[in-house]
Amino acid sequence: LLSAGIALPLFFALGLAGLAVGLGLHFSSGTIRELELDYTGAPRSNHDCARCTNASATSGPCLCTLRFELAEPFPGPVCLYYQLSNYYQNHRRYGVSRDDLQLSGDPWGLRVANSLFNDTFTLHRLVNGSFMPVPLDSRGISWWTDSNVKFRNPELVNGSLATAFWGTAKPPNWPCAAYLLDAGNPNNTGFVNEDFIVWMRTAALPTFRKLYRRVHQGNFSAGLPHGTYRLDINYSYPVLPFKGTKKVILSTVSWMGGKNPFLGIAYLVFGSACILTGFVMLAVHIKYQQQNQMDED
Amino acid sequence: MELSMGHISSRSERLFRFVGRINIYRSNQEPIARSLGPENLLLKGSTLKNTKKIYGVAVYTGMETKMALNYQGKSQKRSAVEKSINAFLVVYLCILLSKATVCTTMKYVWQSNPFNDEPWYNEKTKKEKEAFKVLRMFTDFLSFMVLFNFIIPVSMYVTVEMQKFLGSFFISWDKEMYDEEIKEGALVNTSDLNEELGQVEYVFTDKTGTLTENSMEFIECCIDGHKYKESISEVDGPLKYYGKAEKCREELFLRALCLCHTVQIKEGDQVDGLIGHLEHRSTYISSSPDEIALVKGAKKYGFSFLGLENDYMKVKNQNNETERYQLLHILNFDPVRRRMSVIVRTITGKLLLFCKGADSSIFPKVQQDEIQQTKAHVDRNAMDGYRTLCVAFKELSQEEYDQIDKQICEAKMALQDREEKMAKVFEDIEANMHLIGATAVEDKLQEQAAETIEALHAAGMKVWVLTGDKMETAKSTCYACRLFQTNTELLELTTKTVGHSERKEDRLHELLMEYHKRLLQDFPKNRGGHKRSWMLNHEYGLIIDGSTLSLILNPSQDSSSSNYKTIFLQICLKCTAVLCCRMAPLQKAQIVRMVKSTKGSPITLSIGDGANDVSMILEAHVGIGIKGKEGRQASRNSDYAVPKFKHLRKLLLAHGHLYYVRIAHLVQYFFYKNLCFILPQFLYQFFCGFSQQPLYDAAYLTMYNICFTSLPILAYSLLEQHINIETLTSDPQLYMKISDNAMLQWKPFLYWTFLGAFEGLVFFFGVYYLFQNSSLEDNGKVFGNWTFGTIVFTILVFTVTLKLALDTRFWTWMNHFVIWGSLAFYVFFSFFWGGIIWPFLKQQRMYFVFAHMVTSLSTWLAIILLIFISLFPEILLIVFKNVRRKAQEHPLSSCSLKLPAITAFLGVNKSNIQIENQREVGAEGTSRGHPSSPASCLRQHHPYPNYPIHATNQKCPL
Repeated sequence: LLSAGIALPLFFALGLAGLAVGLGLHFSSGTIRELELDYTGAPRSNHDCARCTNASATSGPCLCTLRFELAEPFPGPVCLYYQLSNYYQNHRRYGVSRDDLQLSGDPWGLRVANSLFNDTFTLHRLVNGSFMPVPLDSRGISWWTDSNVKFRNPELVNGSLATAFWGTAKPPNWPCAAYLLDAGNPNNTGFVNEDFIVWMRTAALPTFRKLYRRVHQGNFSAGLPHGTYRLDINYSYPVLPFKGTKKVILSTVSWMGGKNPFLGIAYLVFGSACILTGFVMLAVHIKYQQQNQMDED
Repeated sequence: MELSMGHISSRSERLFRFVGRINIYRSNQEPIARSLGPENLLLKGSTLKNTKKIYGVAVYTGMETKMALNYQGKSQKRSAVEKSINAFLVVYLCILLSKATVCTTMKYVWQSNPFNDEPWYNEKTKKEKEAFKVLRMFTDFLSFMVLFNFIIPVSMYVTVEMQKFLGSFFISWDKEMYDEEIKEGALVNTSDLNEELGQVEYVFTDKTGTLTENSMEFIECCIDGHKYKESISEVDGPLKYYGKAEKCREELFLRALCLCHTVQIKEGDQVDGLIGHLEHRSTYISSSPDEIALVKGAKKYGFSFLGLENDYMKVKNQNNETERYQLLHILNFDPVRRRMSVIVRTITGKLLLFCKGADSSIFPKVQQDEIQQTKAHVDRNAMDGYRTLCVAFKELSQEEYDQIDKQICEAKMALQDREEKMAKVFEDIEANMHLIGATAVEDKLQEQAAETIEALHAAGMKVWVLTGDKMETAKSTCYACRLFQTNTELLELTTKTVGHSERKEDRLHELLMEYHKRLLQDFPKNRGGHKRSWMLNHEYGLIIDGSTLSLILNPSQDSSSSNYKTIFLQICLKCTAVLCCRMAPLQKAQIVRMVKSTKGSPITLSIGDGANDVSMILEAHVGIGIKGKEGRQASRNSDYAVPKFKHLRKLLLAHGHLYYVRIAHLVQYFFYKNLCFILPQFLYQFFCGFSQQPLYDAAYLTMYNICFTSLPILAYSLLEQHINIETLTSDPQLYMKISDNAMLQWKPFLYWTFLGAFEGLVFFFGVYYLFQNSSLEDNGKVFGNWTFGTIVFTILVFTVTLKLALDTRFWTWMNHFVIWGSLAFYVFFSFFWGGIIWPFLKQQRMYFVFAHMVTSLSTWLAIILLIFISLFPEILLIVFKNVRRKAQEHPLSSCSLKLPAITAFLGVNKSNIQIENQREVGAEGTSRGHPSSPASCLRQHHPYPNYPIHATNQKCPL
C-alpha cells in the first residue's frame, strides 16, 4: 500500500497542501483586529472599575467607564465579547443543575441561570468633542435553533408573561425576574432572552468569551473607525472572590471566526514536517540506490 | 433380565472400556449369563449400519454418558492469546486506578482553595456540605472510576468471541481441505484455539493413517522361510515363487489368513444366494485395514473367505470347494499382547488355534528353532517400510479345549479386573505354537506427507513421530517422509542399543551422557539465546522406543537415574526430529505432557487418526484428528479434524498464521482505541475542576465501542490477509515471524499504548488550543463544552477507523462497507441525535451541536489537521518499514522502477531495464554469473523451488 513510490509524492503533496492552508490561515488570522479591555478593577490598580468591585446584583449596579483608542479602523461587523477567566462553567455540579425541559416552558431553579452574567455595556465614540453612542445589536448572538426551538417561554396566561411566571421565585442573584429581562421586547424576554441563551451554552474551558453585541448598524455599518471611544460598564458581577478576571473584547470576524493563530501555525508546522520527512526519505532512498549501484559495479 | 456393570470410569482415555454382564432369565430354565464388553456398547451419537434394528438397554444417560464425561476435558484448553489479554488487562486496570487516584488527589488539592471549592456561582447543596470528607473522597474516586471505566475494553470479549466463532467457519469452508474421497472437509470442534494454530512449536504425529494412507496392500509373504511375491509384470504369470514350501504348509498358511481375523462381509444392495458373484457384490469390512489386506492377499493365492454363517466360517479353497470351520473363540487383539487368535473346529473335528501378531509378540511363543528363517524376511520387510505380521498355529486336544473354554468364560464373566484376567488367560493359551510364516503389507505414504513435514520443519516446528509400529518400519517411513534427512545424525535409544541385559540402566546412562555431551558441543551455550538456532546447525534425530522410554520415565529404585528425564529432555529438545516407536497410547500422552511442561511451555500439537491417538490429542494444546479409516474416535476428540495429513500445512501456515495475526491485532487495537478514547476525558478533568464532567455526551460514550468502531475491527479480524494465503503456504519461514506470541509481547503492546496515548494527547490539546478562541463561526458566535467534546470525538472516531484502514492489507467489499459505513453512520447518527428534542432527556445538550460544528470552516480544518497529525507517526513507520524491507530483500528495489520521475529529476542514473532483466532471471532460479546479484537473494526467499520427486517407499539409506 504505502510503498516509497506512493509515499514520497504523498509526503510532498501533503506538505505543500499543509503549507498553503497554513499560510492562508495565518494571513486571515493576521488581518483580524482584536482589542482586549480588562475591567476587573483589581484592588490597587488605578482602574476606574476598582471602586465597583464590591458591587453585586442585589446591592445595585455600579457605573464605571473605560476610555480607549482605536489606532486603526475595525472593519465591520465588529463583535463585542465579554471574557471571564477562572470561571468553571464546565463544572459538573454547575452543569448538572440545568433542566432543559424547564427552559422550554416549565418553571425552574438552576445554578447556571442564577449566575447569569449581568454586567451591561454601552459604547460611545468621540465625535467632534462629544461622545456619540454606538448602536449595539443584541439580536442574533445566540444559535438560531436555541432561541427559536430549544428555549421557549411558558404559555402566556391572559396575554401576560408575568402571569405565566407567577408563583416562580426570582433567581436570588438576579436584579429582576425572568420576564423582565428585556421587558420591552416580547421576543427577547424570559427564557428566550438571547443574553440568557448565550450564557446557558456552557463554556468548554475556564477562560471563555461570550458574544455580547454586534456593531453593524447606522453610521457604523462599515465597522468602527479609528479614534477615541468610551465604554460605560454597569458593573454588578463579582469575579474577584474566585480570583477571576473580566474583559471586554472588540473583534472583527472573518471566514475562520475570531482571531486564532493556533490553526495557522499548526498547519505550517505540519506542512514543514511533511516536507522535511519527504526529503529525509528521499535521501535514504538515494543512499540505498547508490549502494546498489556500487554493488552492481 | 438383570444387568450388572463395573464402575464407570470417567477418565477420558477409558472411552472405549466397558465391563458388564447380562443375565437372561427364562421361565423354568437356568438363567443364562453373557459378558458385555466395549463391543456391546453403542456410544451416544452412533448410527446403525448393516442392520435395520437392534435391541438394546440404556446403561448411561445424559451427563453420565461416556461421551459427555469425555467432553469435559476440552473446555480447559486456553490459548496463549488469552493469557496475554489478561496481562494487558492488568496493566489497563492499573492505568484506570492511577487515573482515578490522580484525579481524586488533584481534586482535593485544587479544592483546598475555598474560591475553587465553592465559588459563589456554584454553591454546594446541603447534602454535599454535610457528607463526611472520607466518604466524599471515596464517592469521588468511584465516580472517576465510572467516568474512566471505558478504558477497559469490555466489548473486546464479545468481539473476540464473535471473531472466533465466525472465523472458525473459514476452516470448515476451505475448499482446499475438502476431500473428494470421503466427501468431507475440515471439521472444527472448538473455536477457542484458532490462533493457537499459528503458535505451534512441536508437532506430534501418529504414523499409521496419519503419515500413511492406512490403505494396506498385501505385498508378499513368506512360508517357512520361502518368499512368495506377486509380480508386477504379467509375463511372469500372476505369482512368482522363490522356491516353494511344502504344499500343505502353503495351504495351512493361507487358511490361517482366511480364518484368523474379524473381517465381516458387507453385501451389496441386493442379496442373492449366488456365491460365485460374491466378489463383485460384496466388500470386506473390518476395524483393521491390515486384516482386509491379508484376506484379500489370501484370495490372490486361491483361498477366499466367504463369510460367517451360524458360527461357521466358510472358506473357498484353491479347488473351488467350500470348506466350513466352526468358530469357537476369538481372542481379540489388544495393544499390550499385540496379537490375536481364533480357535476353530474343522469338519473332521480337529481343533485348531491360529494366531497372528507382531513378530516380537509371536516369536517368544513359538518353537525357537522355527524362527531363524522367517526372522530374516521379517527384518528385511520392516527395513523396506512394510508392516509385518507373523502367523502361527497349534493343534488342541479336546481336553485342552474344554479347559480353555472354561477359563475364557470365567474371565469374560468377571466384573472386576476383567481385562487383566482375560490377558492372563490369553497369555496361557497362546503358548507353544508353531510358526508358519509372515506377511508384509505396505502402507502407502499419504500424498505430500514429505512436503508437509519439510514445510513444518522450515516453519521452525519440531516434528515428533509417535507410533506403535516397530522401529525399522517407522524409521524407513521417517526417511520416506523426510523427517530424517540423509545427513541427519541419528541418536538411538532403543532396546537394540541399550540391550536386554541386567546392565541396561548403566548402558542407558552411558548413552544419555554421550549424546548429551555431543549435543552440547554442537550447541554452545552462548547461542542459546536464539531459540530456533538449531535450524542452522548440524541436524540430529533421535529414535527411542517404548521400553526405553518407560525406563527413563519410571526408573527403578536406583536414585542416580532419577535425573535421566531432564537429560533426556535436553537431548530431545535439541534434535530436529524425534521418532518414538513401540509406543502405547498412554506413553504418547506422557511424551506430549513432558514436552508441554518444559521451560517456556511451548505450544504443542498432536495429530492422529486412531483411537490410540486420542490420549495425546487430548493432552496437547491443539489436537487434530484425521478423518481416517480407523473410525471417528480421533476426530471426535480433537479440536480440529482434517481429511488428510497434508492439510496440516495450510491449517497451520495459512489459517493459523492469519488467525493469530488477526486476533493479536484485534486485541492490541481494542486496548489502543479505548486508551485514546478515554485519555482526553481524563485530561479534561484538569480543566473542569476535577468535577467528573464527561467530555463526551452519554450517547457517544456508550455507542463508541458498540456502534462506531466495532464492525470495522470485526471485519478486519475475520478477513485480513496481511500476506496472501499462497505466499503463506509456500513460504513456511514466514511462520517463524509470529512465533513465541510475537505480536502480543510487551514491546508491541507498549508501541500500541504509546500510539494511543500520543493520539489522545493530540486530540485533546489540538482542540484545547483551537478553543483558546471559541468563536469559530464566521458570524462570531461561540461554541460551548459539548461542541468541544464532539470535535474531539469526531477526530477520535475518524482516526481510529482510518488507522484500521491503514493496517488493512486485504480489502474486500465488506471492509469497505463497514469502514466507510461506520464513519457515515457516525455522521448520520450525530445529525439525528442532535436534530430532535428528545422528550426523555432532561438536558438537550447535543441539540444541533453537530450541525453547528460542521458549519464552521475552522473546525473542519482543525479536524482534518488533527487526524493527519495523529496518523502521521503510523504512516511514517509504515513507509520506513517498507523502504527498509525493500532495501534488505531486493537490493535493486522496485522503488527505482516506481519512482522514475523523481530519480530522473535528481539525476540518479539507473539502468532500469537491466535491473528488470536480472530480476526475472533471478526469479526463475537460473542465474549463473551473478553471485552477488539479486538472484541469490531471491533464492533465499523461495527455499522450496522444486522438490525432486521421491518414491513413496524410499529405501532406507542406512
